Amino acid sequence: MENIILEMRGITKTFPGVKALDSVNLKVREGEIHALVGENGAGKSTLMKVLSGVYPYGSYDGDILFNNETARFSGITDSEEKGIIIIHQELALVPLLSIAENLFLGNENLDNGVINWPKTYARTLALLEKVGLKESPSTLLGQLGVGKQQLVEIAKALAKDVKLLILDEPTSALQENDSAKLLDLLLEFKAQGISSILITHKLNEISRVADSITVIRDGQSVSTLDCHAQAISEEDIIRDMVGRDMAHRYPTRDKASDDSHPGKMLMAVEAWNVWHPDALDRQIIHDISFHVRAGEVVGIAGLMGSGRTELAMSLFGQSYGKNIQGEVTLRGDIADLSTVPNAIKSGLAYVTEDRKELGLILEETIQINTTLANLNGVSSRGVIDENIERQVSEDYRKALNIRTPSVFQKVMNLSGGNQQKVVLSKWLYSQPDVLILDEPTRGIDVGAKFEIYSIINQLADDGKGVVMISSEMPELLGMCDRIYVMNEGRFVGELEQADASQEKIMSMIVKA
Amino acid sequence: MTTTKETTSSVQAAPSVTHYLKTHVRDYGMLIALVVIMAMFEFLTDGTLMRPVNLTNLFLQNSYIIIMAIGMLLVIVAGHIDLSVGSVVGFIGALAAVMSVNYGLPTVVVVPVCLLVGLIIGGLQGYWIAYWKIPAFIVTLAGMLVFRGLTLALLEGQSVGPFPKSFQLLSTGFIPDVFGIGRPNVTALVLGILAASAIVFLAARSRAQSLKYGIQDEPFSFFLVKNALIAVAIIYLSYLLSTYRGLPNVLITMAVLIAIYTFVTNSTTIGRRIYALGGNVKAAKLSGINTERLTFLTFANMGMLAALAGLIFAARLNTATPKAGFAFELDVIAAVFIGGASMTGGVGKVIGAVIGAFIMGVMNNGMSILGIGIDWQQVIKGLVLLAAVVFDVYNKQKAR
Repeated sequence: MENIILEMRGITKTFPGVKALDSVNLKVREGEIHALVGENGAGKSTLMKVLSGVYPYGSYDGDILFNNETARFSGITDSEEKGIIIIHQELALVPLLSIAENLFLGNENLDNGVINWPKTYARTLALLEKVGLKESPSTLLGQLGVGKQQLVEIAKALAKDVKLLILDEPTSALQENDSAKLLDLLLEFKAQGISSILITHKLNEISRVADSITVIRDGQSVSTLDCHAQAISEEDIIRDMVGRDMAHRYPTRDKASDDSHPGKMLMAVEAWNVWHPDALDRQIIHDISFHVRAGEVVGIAGLMGSGRTELAMSLFGQSYGKNIQGEVTLRGDIADLSTVPNAIKSGLAYVTEDRKELGLILEETIQINTTLANLNGVSSRGVIDENIERQVSEDYRKALNIRTPSVFQKVMNLSGGNQQKVVLSKWLYSQPDVLILDEPTRGIDVGAKFEIYSIINQLADDGKGVVMISSEMPELLGMCDRIYVMNEGRFVGELEQADASQEKIMSMIVKA
Repeated sequence: MTTTKETTSSVQAAPSVTHYLKTHVRDYGMLIALVVIMAMFEFLTDGTLMRPVNLTNLFLQNSYIIIMAIGMLLVIVAGHIDLSVGSVVGFIGALAAVMSVNYGLPTVVVVPVCLLVGLIIGGLQGYWIAYWKIPAFIVTLAGMLVFRGLTLALLEGQSVGPFPKSFQLLSTGFIPDVFGIGRPNVTALVLGILAASAIVFLAARSRAQSLKYGIQDEPFSFFLVKNALIAVAIIYLSYLLSTYRGLPNVLITMAVLIAIYTFVTNSTTIGRRIYALGGNVKAAKLSGINTERLTFLTFANMGMLAALAGLIFAARLNTATPKAGFAFELDVIAAVFIGGASMTGGVGKVIGAVIGAFIMGVMNNGMSILGIGIDWQQVIKGLVLLAAVVFDVYNKQKAR
């Protein structure tokens, strides 16, 4: 039997109101590549934060054994000292510093408190050699592509004498050949006896490099599979990732009463292409076409980073991206969506996934937030009638059941669910035909989710078209008439509600 | 159901005065501070502060700071800063001097041209800030240097003056007494009483409206005392001024500007959108607000008000000097922050900025009467600015 380098036993981590991890077990053998898989929000990142000491010892229940010693990390420096290094999805590098400076940031080669540059450069060259990167140590990091930056990040881990390397979706931002190189590097490390944990959504990567797999779902470790002991099919992994009960979590919509369902065409998007706003050679959205009918809830499924938000924001007044091409028809007419005011005028509304950053003015009241997208509705000749405004916001507060004593409450004092209802109020009052809802239930509790679902159903009953973007597949399956599946900026499939299942969606994504 | 609701709202409508004051200390704190500071200097200067001649001077001395504080409030609420206003004051004064003294152009031409030039100066700076996303700090720092330099160039390093009589009236003129008595100036008193009545009337009307919707949390006794005090203060001030030379033209200009900009910020879509832009620019943009154009307009407006201040300042000194307006931007910005505006934007009131400017003005004036040197004046003013902002932050944290 090989040595176990890491064992996490019965890890439970609770946040106010949510149990993020529920007695999770994870065992990593020395010198293996261990894949950690699960849906977004399943708890993978939380588990890794527990391991690396971001959540210090004492803030969770359970034991961590590292090299047969009980580990009690009180911060990330403790875990790094033991040789556990985590490389995050968002790289933690300073673009305006050189490769050498980045590699030894916080870990400088000092002689009596003064940086020894010749030594730094020599060590940098040795480390770059190890990760197969041919760059000068003095090159500024910002001049490197994402793939090379990732290699620098790994070299930085090597500089700290790594025993266990954790990579959080390292290939999500990489091109095909860069990903392949990275995986080869992991195999090389394995030969040198370095263990790694690889968090990924890409099943082809797992079958290529992983020795064993742990599947996490809803904060619990569902299964651990040994890739050498048995043949593991992608279907097995997918079933473990998604299988969960989804009865009665969604309000039913009575479609039978409406003969015309789905109604007439509201919005049609043709051949939509979008490029990255800064890196003009990177195409983010590839040739997407879709449509929404009146009274229809259409879902867009896809993992984080698949381009869903970018698609929605590029449609909504070109709020994202450059060089946008394509055609949008709203109610039969070609729509001018070149600016946000035009998009609103054309009958489009976009409810953002990031309500605090992009949706609300937290310092202002519910009343002021509610009317912000349609101030003309409560004013004449530029003068706001506060009585009408108060009435309007009061009406929405009641209709959407925003729990607060008055509309003069500042939205920063509301709970997530109530804040989301204020954002919805704002966009309902802009009188749209089509609403794009981006992660409408993110970060809100189960009861409020049900209320949001009811509002969405009501909108469809009123003849609006709803486009719902979500990372939670059960939510899409429970709510949508049709689901488009998106991956890496493309629509890779379309499913009617009756045919759709989590397995089908997941396999469309991972096999694309 | 309805009855319980009514009782709860009526309970809400009548909380204790002390509780109300505690929860609204941010709104009234600076006004109270101003009154306390005035009372203190009135005592220390043996009544010199409130003497009609000194009071008139106080208004004349601070009018240009107050006028610029109004514009600066909008800039700061929008999340920016304007460091160039002091130099613009100097430049416009120089321009006015060259036009009326060197070229003999009439005041009716000089004033509109100068205001237009101010508007263009503000617009130019706003263009870089709004459409090129260059930080306002840098653009207006550049503007500060450029217009100081242009002031020197225009005046060729000399002072230019005196201005014609009609131009001087901008600052030194008084509203003539239509009742023809002269002293006391009955017009001043009548205007004061009218202004006080108008303020009380508007306050009562808005209170009645909010009572109708059941959302008034200001106790009635507090409302009465507050408005009575405001009315008495205005009438008393106008009485004091009437015993000297009446109401200065500048005071009327100031009052009209304060009224207009209070209305714009409180009740118009453009005002609302500026607050939204400063509160969360991304959310504002995604709500269909043309944030670039608003930023541009805010700076253009600031430029115009700085030009107006420049004209008044030049008229007051009766000469344009190369140093005119030097470091005014600091007083103006300090006034806005003392008045409760937030450094990060989205928060602040016109009346707050005006009170902030008066606090600075009364302290300048009072300390000068007391013979405190300019060195210690600076120290004290700096500490007051710091204290005001600390007070504000402290209250904000306590509210959480």
